[in-house]
Amino acid sequence: MNHKGKETFPREVFSRPRSLIDVRSHYCPGCHHGIAHRILAETIDRFDVREKTVGVAPVGCAVLMYDYIDVDFTEAPHGRAPAVATGVKRAHPDRFVFTYQGDGDLAAIGTSEIIHAANRGENITVLFINNTTYGMTGGQMAPTTMLGQKTATSPYGREFRNDGYPIKVAELLATIEGTAYSARVATSTPAQIRKAKEAVRKAFDMQIREVGFSLVEFLSTCPTNWGMKPLDAQKRVLGEISGYFPLGVYKERKQADFV
Amino acid sequence: MKGTAPAPTGTIEIDFERCKACELCVPACPKHCIEMGDRINRQGYVAALFARPLDCTGCALCAESCPDVCIRVWR
Amino acid sequence: MTLAASGIRRELMKGNEAICVGAIAAGCRFYYGYPITPQNDIPEYMAAHLPPIGGMFLQAESEVATINFLLGTSAAGKRVMTSSSGPGISLMQEGLSYMAGMELPAVIVNISRSGPGLGGIAPSQGDYFQAVKGGGHGGYRMPVLAPHSVQEMYSLTMRAFDLSDKYRNPAMILGDAVIGQMKEPFVPTPYLPAVSAEKPWALTGCAGRERRIVKSLYLKDDEIEVHNWKLHRKYAAMQEEEVLYESYCMDGARVVIVAFGTAARVSKTAIQVARREGIPVGMLRPVTLFPFPSREVNEAAGAADAILVIEMNTGQMLEDVRMSTRHHDRIRFLGKPCAIPAPEEILQEIRRLAGEIGARPVRVR
Repeated sequence: MNHKGKETFPREVFSRPRSLIDVRSHYCPGCHHGIAHRILAETIDRFDVREKTVGVAPVGCAVLMYDYIDVDFTEAPHGRAPAVATGVKRAHPDRFVFTYQGDGDLAAIGTSEIIHAANRGENITVLFINNTTYGMTGGQMAPTTMLGQKTATSPYGREFRNDGYPIKVAELLATIEGTAYSARVATSTPAQIRKAKEAVRKAFDMQIREVGFSLVEFLSTCPTNWGMKPLDAQKRVLGEISGYFPLGVYKERKQADFV
Repeated sequence: MKGTAPAPTGTIEIDFERCKACELCVPACPKHCIEMGDRINRQGYVAALFARPLDCTGCALCAESCPDVCIRVWR
Repeated sequence: MTLAASGIRRELMKGNEAICVGAIAAGCRFYYGYPITPQNDIPEYMAAHLPPIGGMFLQAESEVATINFLLGTSAAGKRVMTSSSGPGISLMQEGLSYMAGMELPAVIVNISRSGPGLGGIAPSQGDYFQAVKGGGHGGYRMPVLAPHSVQEMYSLTMRAFDLSDKYRNPAMILGDAVIGQMKEPFVPTPYLPAVSAEKPWALTGCAGRERRIVKSLYLKDDEIEVHNWKLHRKYAAMQEEEVLYESYCMDGARVVIVAFGTAARVSKTAIQVARREGIPVGMLRPVTLFPFPSREVNEAAGAADAILVIEMNTGQMLEDVRMSTRHHDRIRFLGKPCAIPAPEEILQEIRRLAGEIGARPVRVR
């Protein structure tokens, strides 16, 4: 694709972040995990914390994220990443510790761990990827699955009498005293991506300034399990999904309220 | 605007082999510089193509939208 | 010379507290836990004693979280401990399996109580299988140390830390309510580390070095098979190198008791009485339940006329004794599920067995 323009415009304004390993990911075409990974890596670079970061990988599609983000990593059992991160952070309070979890991981099996990590004001940062389904296991119903959404385990559509309602994590965690920052973002337009970066920067900043627990919920896509083309999946996020899961900052502490 | 031949203020490079043909970059470009190509890469995807380089402003919105980080941008 | 005159310090403490003293002596500065009877003395002691020495005590929201706090702190390269009892240890099995797979050291104390289910708070040895056979999924082992005195609660805890670091594997102290709640003097011998403090795998941020990954997931080709054989070699090495047992009154013993923990403690009393009666009875007390002293049990079974397995359950270690020897016809069992066997009960069984094998005429009282 080289053409004369590259020589004419010598300033590279967008390239792969240093903390994002130069390999092809295993994610499906159009999956927004790639965008969230890149934002994470960019923010690690921006705060220059790569060498003092310990990441906690989830169980789910991002289970192999240590193949992509170039920092020290530990694995965690399904849903337990906030507890593992607690153990790491308590051992090394001066290191930057993050978890990256999907909706099955964080909002179903790991509900207890995330709520209590938030309630302790655990000084960690959580990136929460909400794509309304269990991607890795083949598109089963998640706690965030929309009402009426057909999945492998809700073949007739999610019905609240049977399955309850999609759970709103960013709002839920904002009600918890220990939470310093809770926001919901999406990555389906360039403008949304810019806002998502800003939210992740704020979340990082909360930990670095020791203000406390920070979480950014990403409304992501799962074209494969939604049975949609990637662009249609983005449209679904922009319409139906962000209609139920409104974007925004739900809590933002200005400073630590403890000594 | 056709025929006015505006001067490009930037350029991009799409990693042909890395592209998964998700098409997210296509509507991200405000100048419609990208379209899906007709060549299949080694992954088996019909990769995106930087079709209209003369319209590129180097705004990087395509790169921001690419989940596989296969677009580099110069300005 | 008396102990006092020799300048050797003695402490009078509960077994549960002695575990804490041993852990702190071994350099453990991180303790996480969740309340459950009959081990609450341990978190209470740690809550009081760790913060003043710069340590970390944190009460978790569950045992599930607890074991994952341990996982994180261990991955970060620090010595860390938890304690619980049966129901809580069950909740930790997931994390223990991960830690075995991820090769992470930590010390887990089970002051066991009666089960199954909520069971009761009476002392029990019903968690033997869970402890020694790899209680979680996937097939793994961990060193299991079974103290039978407050002194051992102290010293075996220090050893558990060394073993777990040496093998990069969780290690368990399997006690019970009797040893945990019992107060007796012990000598807090100095901790002499048997392993290097270096942890060249610990996650600390990759400044000045290659980054590190601690994981148990192996998807490529035969990686997981290779990993399993690597783990197996560690367990085999433990079996070769780490067996601990006590031979008690084994000189000329024709009846050999095999018992651990509280059951062994009570058996000693019965053996003393029986020996005074002239019955040639002794005891082989496994101190490590994994690795199990199979060779020693086999030798004892070959030399003795009867092996009497005594457990506070309906027969769990009994299976390991059977697997250790061909002399199944010599094996007898005395089980007291969820209760402490009385010395008289054991004595009666010893007398009966002695009569059976002709080691002593039966005397009907």
